[in-house]
Amino acid sequence: MTTGTATATERLQRLLALVPYVVSRNVVGMEETAAAFGITERELVDDLNLLWCVELRSPDPYCPIDLSYEGGEIVVSEAEAIGRPLRLGVDEACALLIALRMLAELPTMGAGSALSRTIAKLEQAAGTAAAPSAQVAVQVDHIAAESTAAQVADALSRGKRLHIAYYVPGRDEATERDVDPMRLLVVEGRSYLEGWCRRAQDVRLFRLDRVLAIEVLDVASDVPASAEHVDVDHGLFRPSPQDVHVVFELAAAGRWVAEYYPTERVEELSDGRLRVELRTPDTQMVRRLALRLGEDGRLVSPPELAEQVLADASAALSHYA
Amino acid sequence: MSRRKTERLLSLVVCLLSARRYLTATQIRAAVPGYPESFDAFKRMFERDKDELRELGIPLETGVNAASDEEYGYRISRQAYELPDIRLEPDEVAVLGLAARVWRRAELAGAAEGALLKLRAAGINAEDLSQPGIEPRVQTAEAAFGPLWEAVRDRRPVIFAYRAAGRSAAQRRNLEPWGVVNRRGRWYVVGQDTDRQAQRVFRLSRIDGAVTFSGPPGSVTVPPGTDVRGAVRDWDSEASAPRTCLLRVRSGAGYGLRRHALRVEPDDEQGWDRLEVTYSDTGWWSEHVAWFGADVVVLEPTDLRDAVIGRLKGVLA
Repeated sequence: MTTGTATATERLQRLLALVPYVVSRNVVGMEETAAAFGITERELVDDLNLLWCVELRSPDPYCPIDLSYEGGEIVVSEAEAIGRPLRLGVDEACALLIALRMLAELPTMGAGSALSRTIAKLEQAAGTAAAPSAQVAVQVDHIAAESTAAQVADALSRGKRLHIAYYVPGRDEATERDVDPMRLLVVEGRSYLEGWCRRAQDVRLFRLDRVLAIEVLDVASDVPASAEHVDVDHGLFRPSPQDVHVVFELAAAGRWVAEYYPTERVEELSDGRLRVELRTPDTQMVRRLALRLGEDGRLVSPPELAEQVLADASAALSHYA
Repeated sequence: MSRRKTERLLSLVVCLLSARRYLTATQIRAAVPGYPESFDAFKRMFERDKDELRELGIPLETGVNAASDEEYGYRISRQAYELPDIRLEPDEVAVLGLAARVWRRAELAGAAEGALLKLRAAGINAEDLSQPGIEPRVQTAEAAFGPLWEAVRDRRPVIFAYRAAGRSAAQRRNLEPWGVVNRRGRWYVVGQDTDRQAQRVFRLSRIDGAVTFSGPPGSVTVPPGTDVRGAVRDWDSEASAPRTCLLRVRSGAGYGLRRHALRVEPDDEQGWDRLEVTYSDTGWWSEHVAWFGADVVVLEPTDLRDAVIGRLKGVLA
């Protein structure tokens, strides 16, 4: 939100928050204030000047707001009627309350006394604006992973290494590895351990419901300084250049594939089928998916993988002969 | 231009908040600088200003000071305007910061930011919000989330085209929405399907195209005691009773099945095990078993065995 791009009403919202921000702190630094509002100090000065210039003309002209910002510190000596912030709007109150109630479902948030206190205080402050939040819920799939999450949280708080047995469905394999935990992520309703995998020598994500066994080792965690967090906000799994480009044609009963896997392209075909393109490093997963789909979806590309799928199906059928 | 408008709106807010009585449009024009000379032009601009203030959630009231007054006036009640006093302990501030980040890049991210700004303005020091180690997020990739949240919030009925599971063609649905629920990372809307006269659950990702409002705000009544989470959970869960199957699984394979096996014992043939596993839906379970290809063979029951054979033959068809 900068003065350059903000609309008049966005700036008004900021000004109506700026005055109480200063009033509630008595005196506050320019730098700190600009940072809190996400603006430059120059923009802040412009805001303060605008506030100071407000004038009402009737019955007699007067300036309702008086302030100074000498020596890098802001003081509001007269705030007239705007010394308190505006109430929370419905979207504002609900955004926080929905998120807080989601957090309350996470096993690692403990019994959540701080959470329940915060929810109660926020509901009270928001008044009727809080009501629609009861009609929205974000459920976190924690039943399978509750004890695992607790172990991860324990290792994180004590800075310890983890040993895990991890199930990889594409390979149908349980792998054992040591992981130095970085974060516990909850994305798209699932919990993940983000950590430095000592086997892969790289940052990896592990779905907690696929952790078969977990142990907190009595070894200090040692995440290299070069390890970078996964960018949670741009999708967990991003295709890489080494990935195989795969095309499925899906009948109605196989359309779920387009919802379940991250796709590159989805196209409706004239016969009611859906053409789906995806990129994946895991060709074994693709072969298994093709078996699973049966006549509900056909792997059309790459052709050599499609050949393998036919061989897989024949091999599986031979057991039933 | 924009600066002058901000100044005018700010003066208007201060003027109406300070007023002890309702002010008529004429009195407001006299007090607030920045309005045009012509009364008609002033009225048009003032109407727009009122709308914009209301959109920000500023409670602009209309009324008369005395029954004999002929002209309506305006004011903003301080009590309705001001955020009530709220104080948070440090641990409460920390969870609040975590909550505000949950929506990052999702539909209500701006609203969460706005809320945080007002709470900071109320004196809460929400700068130090770092709670290392945990990072929860909710996504709203589905385009239908925005309009459906508004519909639920404002209690308005909606119309949309919906492609039900396993169907190629979309159907028009009329819905009185009661709530939206995220389960396993997917958004659902629960409500009364007014064509079918029954409660229904729809997955947002299967909504085709735009969601349109089909009635005014406040025209939907949510039945008391409605459990929107429960409705989605029931819709999503297997309804049929659990059954048991007997599988032959190659040694060292089928981890996904072994994890949930009731019993594992060596098969008569070297290199294979026998697993007893429970399942409920034959169709879904046959897909799951087919996933393991030649590493898993169904021995019993016959209908599951036939379903897996059918699925594998489907690959070759």
